[in-house]
Amino acid sequence: MYNGGKIIAGLIIFLGLVAYPFYSNMGRSIEKANPSLDTPIINQLEKKECVRPKEIMRTEHMKVLDEWRDAVVREGMRGTMLLGGRIYEKSLQNGCMVCHSNKAQFCGECHGYAGVKPYCWDCHFVKEEGLL
Amino acid sequence: MSIDRRKFLKIAGLTGIGLGLSAADLLVKNAADASVASHAGSRAATRLGLVIDVNKFRSDADYQGIIDACHSIHNVPTLIPEKNNPKNEVKWIWNDTYNHTFPDQVNDYHPEGLLKKPFPLLCNHCDNPPCVRVCPTKATFKRSDGIVAQDPHRCIGCRFCMAGCPYGSRSFNWVDPRPYIKKLDTNYPTRTMGVVEKCTLCVERLARGLEPACVEASNGAIVFGNLSDPESDVRKILNVKFTIRRKPSLGTLPSVFYVMGGDNHVG
Repeated sequence: MYNGGKIIAGLIIFLGLVAYPFYSNMGRSIEKANPSLDTPIINQLEKKECVRPKEIMRTEHMKVLDEWRDAVVREGMRGTMLLGGRIYEKSLQNGCMVCHSNKAQFCGECHGYAGVKPYCWDCHFVKEEGLL
Repeated sequence: MSIDRRKFLKIAGLTGIGLGLSAADLLVKNAADASVASHAGSRAATRLGLVIDVNKFRSDADYQGIIDACHSIHNVPTLIPEKNNPKNEVKWIWNDTYNHTFPDQVNDYHPEGLLKKPFPLLCNHCDNPPCVRVCPTKATFKRSDGIVAQDPHRCIGCRFCMAGCPYGSRSFNWVDPRPYIKKLDTNYPTRTMGVVEKCTLCVERLARGLEPACVEASNGAIVFGNLSDPESDVRKILNVKFTIRRKPSLGTLPSVFYVMGGDNHVG
């Protein structure tokens, strides 16, 4: 083999770089995400109920938000939802985040765990927090 | 069956002519559809618009009142004079001189008072909006009620709409606007760096049955209504007052009308 030494050295460096995420995380335990529902409004609710069942919200909340966004912004369909005696607006800032006013402990928990950085907060914010 | 060269060329030629004709027919039909579509808006059942009577703006406070009413509830950043770069300015509603507002109105002997008077300007919510035509992502679109709306989620910041708008109604966020918001309204989102923004005719207020903020703050100087409804307040004014629109020669068909003349006649 011509230049065998160089090729093998190159392969070793290449494999080392590719495998970096695996061995750098080896043996490290990452705490499971534990989103908190401890907010003043949720604590007041008699029946803790979201606009969709918990299991659906856990996996599909981004689709719900996407549908709301298209309905409100593009079609002007701003219908509200009555659930457990509360009126919910089709809105992230004026809907979801009114109950879930603990952005870091609720949204941030799973987003951090899953390593996703949604850009919702570039424009939207939690009323109580303002622009942090 | 054998085919000689002469016969083959004849058939090929005829086929070519046939294909060409059907393609031309399609083109003509498409062009006809397009011309119908570009005028369809004016026949819409709802076409929201404004009538602005500048004579009812008497003091600086009157002008500033509508600007503050709009900018404060929409979290519009105040980037002038803090950043001191005109390009950074973000504005939904602002003032300019008569000559800048109506450059088509060429007259050597305009009334002096008119030339000195500021005119409140905002998005014209055109019936034939050039910004909508040029937007590559359809972030800007025309709603069925005539409002030219903007979806910041889809905006890629290409600024084609700013080049397309002949009225300077659009502003680009060159810097993060958040530090420059004087007083935050927690019911409305902010924008982020890299998106274009403009007047929305207060869609969020209209949805709650309220009039646009500038109309509410104008003490009757700005009237809001459905231009397609002959019984609406705006049409009643347009019926009796002489009004002009900005740059009519461009064919954008603005939905914002300015009452000229007013009540002050030469004695």
